[in-house]
Amino acid sequence: MSEFSLYLLQQLINGLTIGSTYALIAIGYTMVYGIIGMINFAHGEIYMIGSYVTFIVIAGLLGMGLVSLPIVLLIVLIVAVIVSSTYGWTVERVAYRPLRGSNRLIPLISAIGMSIFLQNYVGLSQGYRDAALPPQVVGGWTFGDPAVFEVTISYMQSIIWIATLLTMTALTLFISRSRMGRACRACSEDLGMTNLLGIDTNKIIALTFIVGAALAAVAGILLSLYYGVINPFVGFIAGLKAFTAAVLGGIGSIPGAMLGGLILGVTEAMTAAFFPAEYKDVVSFGLLVLILLFRPSGLLGKPEVEKV
Amino acid sequence: MSQLLLDVNALTMRFGGLVAVNGVNLKVKNRQIVSIIGPNGAGKTTVFNCLSGFYIPTAGSVMFKNEQIAGLKDFQISRKGLVRTFQHVRLFSNMTVVENMLVAQHRHLNTNLFSGLFKTPSYRRKEGEAMDHAAQWLEEVGLLDVANRQAGNLSYGQQRRLEIARCMVTQPELLMLDEPAAGLNPNETKELDELIIKLRDEHEISILLIEHDMSLVMGISDHIYVIAQGTPLADGSPEEIKNNPDVIKAYLGED
Amino acid sequence: MTNKFYNALFASGIAFILTCLMVGIKLDTEGTQLAIKGASAEQWTWIGLGIALVFLSQLFSDKIDAIFSKVPKPKLSNMLPKEQKMATLKPWLLALLIVGMLVWPFMVSRGSVDLATLALIYIMLGLGLNIVVGLAGLLDLGFVAFYAVGAYTYALLSQYFGMSFWACLPISAGLAALFGFILGFPVLRLRGDYLAIVTLGFGEIIRILLNNWTAVTGGPNGISGIDKPTLFGLEFSRRAKEEDTVLFHEFFGIDYSSSYKVIFLYLIAVILTIFVVYVINRLMRMPVGRAWEALREDEIACRSLGLNRTVIKLSAFTLGATTAGFAGAFFAARQGFISPESFIFIESAIILAIVVLGGMGSQVGVILAAIIMTILPELAREFSEYRMLLFGFLMVIMMRWRPQGLVPMKRPHLELNR
Repeated sequence: MSEFSLYLLQQLINGLTIGSTYALIAIGYTMVYGIIGMINFAHGEIYMIGSYVTFIVIAGLLGMGLVSLPIVLLIVLIVAVIVSSTYGWTVERVAYRPLRGSNRLIPLISAIGMSIFLQNYVGLSQGYRDAALPPQVVGGWTFGDPAVFEVTISYMQSIIWIATLLTMTALTLFISRSRMGRACRACSEDLGMTNLLGIDTNKIIALTFIVGAALAAVAGILLSLYYGVINPFVGFIAGLKAFTAAVLGGIGSIPGAMLGGLILGVTEAMTAAFFPAEYKDVVSFGLLVLILLFRPSGLLGKPEVEKV
Repeated sequence: MSQLLLDVNALTMRFGGLVAVNGVNLKVKNRQIVSIIGPNGAGKTTVFNCLSGFYIPTAGSVMFKNEQIAGLKDFQISRKGLVRTFQHVRLFSNMTVVENMLVAQHRHLNTNLFSGLFKTPSYRRKEGEAMDHAAQWLEEVGLLDVANRQAGNLSYGQQRRLEIARCMVTQPELLMLDEPAAGLNPNETKELDELIIKLRDEHEISILLIEHDMSLVMGISDHIYVIAQGTPLADGSPEEIKNNPDVIKAYLGED
Repeated sequence: MTNKFYNALFASGIAFILTCLMVGIKLDTEGTQLAIKGASAEQWTWIGLGIALVFLSQLFSDKIDAIFSKVPKPKLSNMLPKEQKMATLKPWLLALLIVGMLVWPFMVSRGSVDLATLALIYIMLGLGLNIVVGLAGLLDLGFVAFYAVGAYTYALLSQYFGMSFWACLPISAGLAALFGFILGFPVLRLRGDYLAIVTLGFGEIIRILLNNWTAVTGGPNGISGIDKPTLFGLEFSRRAKEEDTVLFHEFFGIDYSSSYKVIFLYLIAVILTIFVVYVINRLMRMPVGRAWEALREDEIACRSLGLNRTVIKLSAFTLGATTAGFAGAFFAARQGFISPESFIFIESAIILAIVVLGGMGSQVGVILAAIIMTILPELAREFSEYRMLLFGFLMVIMMRWRPQGLVPMKRPHLELNR
């Protein structure tokens, strides 16, 4: 293969890596939107908190002399998911539940307030500056001709793919098989009706926030290990990207969020291959506007019928 | 006199797999009161939504004054002179009655930013005319006394009348009323009855009506269309409809 | 009671999880390694106290609610004079206020005048966003982008073409309006939440472009040495830059003082603000203002009456952007230096907080909130790092207990006089 196509292949691999984490965060947006029809503006912050928890736990465990990587990662996973889910639950309880039934603008603003609060809460307690963690997972597989261009799949990238795949499978099983999952689907069809059938919709909405937060935490772990640098504002851009992914795939649709995340990740990586890296944000935003213009229901979403 | 105002042909509306309206034909002539009746869920309101541009019909043609309007946007249709009310009253309830009337005249006003900022004579004149026009119609429906009250504080019957007045002030040629008598007491229904006839006879507009109150429908309609499950069942004069066995069956069920 | 106890226990457990990792443990670097250290004993005490507070407030929530419901709510409306009296008093009060605003700067320190100028900029921004959020009900999270467009327009025109502030002011406003129009046109047809995200993204894009288009905008270094406004060609500097410029103090034959410039800028801000207030006041009484309100109340009814919602929303969006561009040009002139740092998302959030806290749609409320938001951080400098935390907190609290804001909107009602 030529140098160019190998280079593109490398960008594809990088793009799929980032894209799968976008997909994880996007699911949180899409699930919440599917049920209460609102964007959870503080969702990016949950992801950011997941990243911080990852760093804290790893630093703590390494400080205690625990070096076995699988055990460290397992503990990180448990703690990050628990803490992030708690934050997710709290966001719903504080910023959304008391405002149910009021004008749409009101919960939106309260969620933005929540997002600003959380950014600064973490900033004040952990410092606003970047925190850096040396790579924990090093090495990878390389192939291609060393004289032309070597394509690398790092172990970390493969971990991200596997973890994303496992999480998605677990989520799909949960939604399609479990009682709670069934209730979730019922809620997203018709919230009022589900309530009448005696299902505690408050509980289901809270559950949606928790599940979304848990997925964001997984994304937080993976991306913070991948990049090795975090700050209290990482949630802002990641949230924006994940939202774009959710809209791209069709907001409200879980497979759509997965697909949207992957497409967005690859698009960004390809942009970064040809233009200065900063412009990848411009491209993903442009993509968002284009989708909203030409296909507001997204790739896999169903068009909304307005009730008159 | 008997010029064709609205001519609907084979109107069909599909939502995914569901056919809500299937091949409905409607004709409304000048100065005519035409009613659409049918059991609940027959697709009457969907027909209204298609005609007024809230839905884009899947198939069929809607000719209004010999012009195809199917596919036009809602506000464009209403500007052509086809205006509707809603099953549930939709007023601007925090605004006063007269302000409701002014919003309806928005496109007749001088909306030029600069003339408004500097209160130019033309701007003042237009606002004055709109006020007069509003007052005239409020008097017509008997709401002049409450003109400065908040629309949300009116009684239900008054709200219904305000909704009609608000439509009239846009100077329509065809007024579509979606269950205007729902929730009114017999007295109010009688007033409504008189108002609708007055609109036809004195203001020379046509009215397309969806209504469940059979005595109202039978009393004032020039022509009636019956639809059931989205499909046309029968049409004719009130007398013909009253005696049509299919209609009776659809309403009473088959035994 | 046992139920309440478990509830309280649950809530304090949640509070513990929320605080212990974030506040209780801190990330730290030891050499190149990342390490953690526990918080000080004092901080743990605070955490403990906080959790105890959550526990107790949950346990006795009924009683606390009962106490709060007994506290009489102060009725602001009772404190104001009666409406008829108000109508006669109003012009006098306004005149007094304007005279006060014009005379006041000559009696206080330079610093206070400067701060007041800053407050006036925020008032303009708040009022501009208030058109979009408060009057038209559209959530714009990238408002600062239009502010940036205005500021950079003046800065660039002044730098490259030597154009004066007064010539650039309408150009800046116009260009910001154009940006608003171009962005709003495709997006305003969509649902409200999409608009929020798209505007948020747009704000970021503008900042990224300013940061990276180094050849024109100077990138992160920004643009410095922007000309100050002149008074009919009179400059306020100590020495003339060019031979033929006339200086203010020379023209009037008075000694040079740097405070003239500060006061002059303040007075310009006052005039611009009065202009903005007047325009918005008129807008609210004009057909377009009524249409905004109607659209906020019932979009479907509006459409059925022949109102084109895209055009009406677009007018609000564009007018808001115009105001921001206006304020931006003045900001660039006052600072003499601008960089992308001044136009980050936090700025948008602060302006939104001003609108929300003041009361969406309420001019008086927004003006009051803008003053409080600029002056309070100056008064309480030691707490300045908590400013954004507090803003976020206040936004959540206000939405829950007083969504109408400090001074709820009172719309001018049109009356039918007969």
